[in-house]
Amino acid sequence: MEEQLSAIFARFRGTAGEVIPLLQKTQEELGFLPEEAMRRIGDFAGVPFSKVYGVATFYTMFRFTPVGKYHVCVCRGTACHVRGADQILEHVERELGISENETTGDGEFSLETVACIGCCALAPCITVNSDVHGRLTSKKASQVLKKARGAALKEEEDGK
Amino acid sequence: MGNKGRKTIIVCQGTGCVSSGATPTYKALEEGIRKAGLTDIQMKLTGCHGFCQRGPIVIIEPDGVFYSGVQEKNCEEIVESHLKNGQPVEGLFYKDPATGQPIATYGEIPFYANQERIVLARCGHINPEVIEDSIDSGIYRAAPRVFWEMPPAAVIEEIKKAGLRGRGGAGFPTGVKWGFCANVEADQKYIICNADEGDPGAFMDRSILEATPHQVLEGMIIAGYAIGATKGYIYARAEYPLAIKRLGIAIEQAREKGFLGRRVFGSEFDFDITIFQGAGAFVCGEETALIGSIEGGRGMPRTRPPFPAVKGLWGRPTVINNVKTLATVPEIINRGAEWFAGIGTEKSPGTAVFALTGKVANCGLIEVPMGTPLRKIIFDIGGGIVDGGRFKAVQTGGPSGGCLPEEFLDTPVDFENLAKAGSIMGSGGMVVMDESTCMVDLARYFLDFTQKESCGKCVPCRMGTKHMLEILEDICEGRGEPDDLSKLMELADAIKEGSLCGLGQTAPNPVITTMKYFRHEYEAHVHEKRCPALKCKAMLQYHVNQDACKLCGTCKKNCPADAIRGDKKKKIPFEIDVDKCIRCGMCHTVCPVGAVVKTSPGIVNDHEEAAEAAN
Repeated sequence: MEEQLSAIFARFRGTAGEVIPLLQKTQEELGFLPEEAMRRIGDFAGVPFSKVYGVATFYTMFRFTPVGKYHVCVCRGTACHVRGADQILEHVERELGISENETTGDGEFSLETVACIGCCALAPCITVNSDVHGRLTSKKASQVLKKARGAALKEEEDGK
Repeated sequence: MGNKGRKTIIVCQGTGCVSSGATPTYKALEEGIRKAGLTDIQMKLTGCHGFCQRGPIVIIEPDGVFYSGVQEKNCEEIVESHLKNGQPVEGLFYKDPATGQPIATYGEIPFYANQERIVLARCGHINPEVIEDSIDSGIYRAAPRVFWEMPPAAVIEEIKKAGLRGRGGAGFPTGVKWGFCANVEADQKYIICNADEGDPGAFMDRSILEATPHQVLEGMIIAGYAIGATKGYIYARAEYPLAIKRLGIAIEQAREKGFLGRRVFGSEFDFDITIFQGAGAFVCGEETALIGSIEGGRGMPRTRPPFPAVKGLWGRPTVINNVKTLATVPEIINRGAEWFAGIGTEKSPGTAVFALTGKVANCGLIEVPMGTPLRKIIFDIGGGIVDGGRFKAVQTGGPSGGCLPEEFLDTPVDFENLAKAGSIMGSGGMVVMDESTCMVDLARYFLDFTQKESCGKCVPCRMGTKHMLEILEDICEGRGEPDDLSKLMELADAIKEGSLCGLGQTAPNPVITTMKYFRHEYEAHVHEKRCPALKCKAMLQYHVNQDACKLCGTCKKNCPADAIRGDKKKKIPFEIDVDKCIRCGMCHTVCPVGAVVKTSPGIVNDHEEAAEAAN
């Protein structure tokens, strides 16, 4: 972590105004924000840890625990809501065996909801990592997850 | 439509089309053209065409032939038939949902024909990642003219004369805002483009940034010059990675051309733009919260005055404009204030951009003159309600707006009229609902959103929205009490009065409008414990209509709760165990013959009605 943080800090000047971009880059690099990293950001930007923590917890984007390899986000936008997003969410929860904001035991999948990903014309939709899947039905959602799971298994086999 | 002239194939690469598979489509077309040895054909990537629902979209110019839903497998036919032999592929044409007739060119499709595009004029026609394409289409024509021919005060005067009002939702006159800022003496001023499009159900700003980023940059350059700001920020949502990527490319290209940086366009004026990525907080769309966020803090609104135009970012005068406002500015300079003022209505000139979504046949991004009636937007452009359903309400303004029933369909849409009806113009989200949308559940949905997004600074907003949500949850779950409705109204008033910023002041709007126009639904939930729209789970029951059931067993196979009894082979009829049923609706969704009936006790529905309402 030390090395990664140093590499990130090298791109910044170390001012209070850079706290959010610093947190973003750190999360991008580490996958989440460990306490130690936030303390180091505070030292670097000259801001107390309490303030860094206050900022990090204010914004929904920041996470304090690692996410799964496949990060599933179910959109809860209005258009998705009207077209049955709650049913999709329930279905995905059942399929993965976890609730919102949880990660599967094997660390493969984590599940979150987002306010809106702006693909309202394709409602209801979910994202798996950065891929958007639209016009979902429960059945299609299962297929999307199955495909991701298949990809995960394949990677595992290839790795062996 | 012969095979004459150089053809250009336009493949949309907006977020919507990409998620529908536009990238493999593009590659397959490219490959097909190469294999066929066709040389006089140019491939072009563009941003959003607005008709996201029908994606991936492919247009063949100069004929303007419009193909929708083009998948990889369809590409060979397009290359063989259309590109090689000049025979357009009719099977891929858009079909009018009303008549079922195929329509060949986009100009003839009602979705496009009924629009008037100013801000979106170039969306889908230029490659957003190639600055020359933008320049050829007329972007960056206004900025140099401004530098050489118009003093800053004249620019502000022109925008005032045009009557341009802020497209972020509040509708404050843009020229007046600029004037306030220009009149303040300061060593540094800022212009911020507010691209923190947080309303759920809205994607106008994202599409514009993805499709014509240079148009927004030009608007910022002009605004910066007018108010005397040498630095600009674009505050963009982190949820829009493609928009951020294209903006980054656009800024880089503009710097190379000398349109940004020192002495822009060879003038005496320095101007540069930085992208600031938001981190997911709806309240940051409010300008003082947005400033707090750029400064590195929690995005919490501050008291106004002082207004940002006087004391904003880092304590310096700052103007914050919405993406659409800034994208309109160059067109006003190019075509003049009179031209702009002539479009739309007297008090709300120009056009309005909407993200039309929900239960309409044609979802997508649209632009119409201000004052266009809702009916024209929903039925002529939107093609009416999907699957033959019945219109129930339209929601504008996102979580700050309201739901308007059928009686407002002929209301001309502008800032004043929507406010009068109890909703707001908002930034442009327009969600259409049919009979299957429960208005109480919808109010609950919005309160759930605002409650989560309340920054916590003002107690009435922080605690009040939570209380309202709890009451609404009780109502939706069948625990509503008769005095809940008056409690909701009391809380709504307190939150409106006691909140500092727009989020709190408008948070009760969805509840107030649904209570006003759909009170009978609240009453059905509270007094009769039934949900007329068949939406609220706690009040639903499913059962199998034995007359329609074909004994296929699909419901039983798919039931996640093991709540269905019956046997396909032994011909034992299928039945749903009400106690085990978790009301997930799976059996209802998968039944191939519509034999699973959804009811809310108290309503006697025959099978057809219930199935229709559920769709």
